[in-house]
Amino acid sequence: MSPRGIIRTASEKEIDILGICDHNSAENVPAMRDAAKPFQIWVLAGMEVTSQEEVHVLGLFDSLDSALGLQEIVYAHLPGENDEDAFGVQPVVNEDGEILRFNEKLLIGATTLALEEVVSLIRSHGGLAIASHIDREGFSVIGQLGFIPEGLPLDALETSPAIPVETARQKFGSRLPLTPASDAHRLEEIGRASTSFWLAEGTVAEIRKALARQDGRMIMNEETI
Amino acid sequence: MKVKEIVDKFDFKVLTAPDRLDVEVSGGYASDLLSDVMANSRPGNIWITLQTHQNIIAVAKLRSLAAIVLVNNRTPDAETLKSAEAEHVPLLSTGDPAFKISGKLYVRLGLKD
Repeated sequence: MSPRGIIRTASEKEIDILGICDHNSAENVPAMRDAAKPFQIWVLAGMEVTSQEEVHVLGLFDSLDSALGLQEIVYAHLPGENDEDAFGVQPVVNEDGEILRFNEKLLIGATTLALEEVVSLIRSHGGLAIASHIDREGFSVIGQLGFIPEGLPLDALETSPAIPVETARQKFGSRLPLTPASDAHRLEEIGRASTSFWLAEGTVAEIRKALARQDGRMIMNEETI
Repeated sequence: MKVKEIVDKFDFKVLTAPDRLDVEVSGGYASDLLSDVMANSRPGNIWITLQTHQNIIAVAKLRSLAAIVLVNNRTPDAETLKSAEAEHVPLLSTGDPAFKISGKLYVRLGLKD
């Protein structure tokens, strides 16, 4: 998955906004933003953080510096070194897919940060905190912890392509907005699920308004189209 | 067999609810996925886990579990301790890992599922 390949695929699928969320790292976001420049595609700086309970939480940011600020804390709480034989290489690339360096952190591992700390750190860095693929058993807040802890200040719940959004709403309720997403790990998975928003531009600030149904911004789901 | 007898036999540390150890144990369940424990543990089970998040207390309460055993000397969060005291759920702690303590309970006490 080279940055240009990802952007080209997104463009073919008429995707306007991409959240780039490597596990516990945001180092490939600059290359993705560079690759997106010739296109009308917004790239949100993101990260999928693993809490100590092995719950995945997405953090989405407008500012790369905010994402890198969170990354610094995540790295300081992420033990271990990558084993390339077991988990593959972890290249950091430029927009042409050329390897700049290899990330040696054990990105597949869990941080020593509690779920509450992860959510609070994402928010204090100005990001949206979204619980990942809540319909899946592994690495989801509901799978790992049985239910969403009361008072956890999440902005939304991501559903995976495995579950239709209506089924998800019946199952997980409507207290928090549901944002289906592809969880794409390969090119062909890009766009296999998505959320449509009514926004002025493709930014986290606008998405935050849409999640709160402010200023006419909204999620364009089946009922509203 | 009562929780108290198991505590004495294996030298578990009692972190919370010491007045609730006079409860009969029906068997054991070992898992770190709380959704799995909610689905498959049985009332009166002693639950072996390394999860320390406060949700473990709600799950123990929901399933009427006899006690929770935290393995590898894991230390629960302050919120978890508070919640365990409030809900009268005995939180126990051992230095053994889950496989070892499960084996001990299974073989030496004949505790099954």
